[in-house]
Amino acid sequence: MTGNFDWAYLFEISLTGIAGGGLYALAALAFVMVYKATRVVNIAIGELLMVGAYLFFTFASMFALPLWLAIPAAVLGTGLLGAVIERTMIRPLLGEPPISVFMVTVGLASVLVGLVEMIWTADQRRLPDFMPTQPIMVGDAFLAPKVFWGAVIAIVFIAAVLVVFRFWRGGVALRATASDQAAAYSVGINVPRVFSLAWVASAMLAAISGIIVGSIGGISSSMGVFGLSVLVVVIVGGLDSVLGALVGGILIGLIEALAGAYLGGEYKLLATFIVLVAVLLVRPYGLFGTHEIERL
Amino acid sequence: MRIGTLKETYIADAALFDSRTQKLWLAVGAALLVLFPFMASDYWLYLACLVSINVASATGLNILTGYTGLVSLGQAAFMGLGAYTVAILETKVGTPFVLNLLAGGLVAMLGGIVVGIPSLRVKGLYLAIATIAASFIAHFIFANWKFTGGTGGLSVPPAKLFGMALDTSFRLYWLIVPVTILMLLGAANLFRTRVGRAFIAIRDRDISAEVLGIPLLRYKLLSFGLSSFYAGVAGGLWAYFFRVVTPESFPLLMSIFFLAAIIVGGMGSILGGILGAVFMTMVPELLKLVVDLMPGGSELTVFLSPVRTVIFGLLIIGFLVFEPHGLAEVWRRVRRFFHLWPFRN
Repeated sequence: MTGNFDWAYLFEISLTGIAGGGLYALAALAFVMVYKATRVVNIAIGELLMVGAYLFFTFASMFALPLWLAIPAAVLGTGLLGAVIERTMIRPLLGEPPISVFMVTVGLASVLVGLVEMIWTADQRRLPDFMPTQPIMVGDAFLAPKVFWGAVIAIVFIAAVLVVFRFWRGGVALRATASDQAAAYSVGINVPRVFSLAWVASAMLAAISGIIVGSIGGISSSMGVFGLSVLVVVIVGGLDSVLGALVGGILIGLIEALAGAYLGGEYKLLATFIVLVAVLLVRPYGLFGTHEIERL
Repeated sequence: MRIGTLKETYIADAALFDSRTQKLWLAVGAALLVLFPFMASDYWLYLACLVSINVASATGLNILTGYTGLVSLGQAAFMGLGAYTVAILETKVGTPFVLNLLAGGLVAMLGGIVVGIPSLRVKGLYLAIATIAASFIAHFIFANWKFTGGTGGLSVPPAKLFGMALDTSFRLYWLIVPVTILMLLGAANLFRTRVGRAFIAIRDRDISAEVLGIPLLRYKLLSFGLSSFYAGVAGGLWAYFFRVVTPESFPLLMSIFFLAAIIVGGMGSILGGILGAVFMTMVPELLKLVVDLMPGGSELTVFLSPVRTVIFGLLIIGFLVFEPHGLAEVWRRVRRFFHLWPFRN
């Protein structure tokens, strides 16, 4: 049995998984940004992704805008939505128990799915192709071009975000708020504005990953399920850890690809969720998350 | 603050129903519930049964989320566990329905404890996320296990009481509504006991609760187990009511529905669970009515399901932002107004 095990196939699947994991990492980064800055668990992250993809679909296919205009328009539109969400739903609940805010995002997810179904119907749509279609060969292994270029774009954006939030003033303010809100206030950082910034940036990142995910697998109103895998990614990586989001993303991408290839497509989500339960059992704060110690 | 209800003993203070007016209205309500099936049409009886099942399940979620402060998005999955247990027992074993319902509740409770143990060891929203995972795993099992009939599901023969098949809404009403009332009384009484008060203490401040000598994990698990038990029994009733159980019967949206119900009704209040479940069950029916009344209504019916989804979400958000204590608080305000009239409250 082990003698004729197809190593090349395993290699190919693993590559696809890792590339797909890049997308999870990007979406997880969007989640972690909001969580770090505002301590809000945004369960609607998958739905934000979906809105981004649908906006892109509208601009590119329905208004027939060129790509270089349609993509930024969709990203900016989703960013605007992020700002609106923050101002109308999240900010009024400042200081409320985290459970309330969490449930607001549950409601938000429901609203977004309903709106998408109302405006664009629940049918599956295809996004216009914008990535090169030349097959990618790594050694002997074949990698779907969309998956490869999707991963490349994701990595570029992840790197850009990391650099920007390391050196840009707003990024420093965001990190300061994340590490200590009161201290950030006292050195003159406008914390509510940082909250808005976090939501806008997170929504824009979600839109970018939504556009890539949509152009690989098509878009539909049930795209939010992607968000559930993202949720698993951030729990595995640690809710407040950027590094965790990256490692967790690749790990989950790999596991999903392997489960899908060797067990069957319906086992993908099952495998991810079993990983989630295992992580909750062994390391509930995730691989790289802060282990909070409570003192009395 | 209520006036005119002087209490002289601790027992009187802890009583479930304290004033004479309240008892009077309860008697009127009970009489109406008894008379209702003789006056209402089939459609309204159908709705009454559905509302009743939802009230039972929402009350279970209220024990967990409203009273213990833990969010679960798996209520529908636990209902599914109960429904499948009932379906399998009814078709393959043929035990009486009372036993089946209890077994449904217990299986759901067991499922709840299995999900709860890893996620309740940590604080925060881990339980919510673990319950989403549990819903998907449960869905997978329902759809792929040969015992549960795969994607086609199972059909359930009607419950039998003394040889009479409970196969119409009229007959089922006499099974579903009493069971729900029993469960409501159980929940209301729970919060007069040590266990219920421990739940409330955990919700208000878990560290203080632990200092008071409440073992957190055990009580959180107990609360989760109880809530799943309620869901399981409600799911069992659901199985007898719809008589067919499929993996698609208990989607994540249904869990959100129950969460919405207790938020809209009022978390941490038995009355809130009832009001919320009634309100949320009636919203889609009202929507249907509105659409039927509108010109060109038939074309608008395609929008019915998405509009419903949007309205669920908006209700959750709106109540959390503007009326966090829900309809129960509105009700209290109205009652206070009449109670103190003609003085201002």
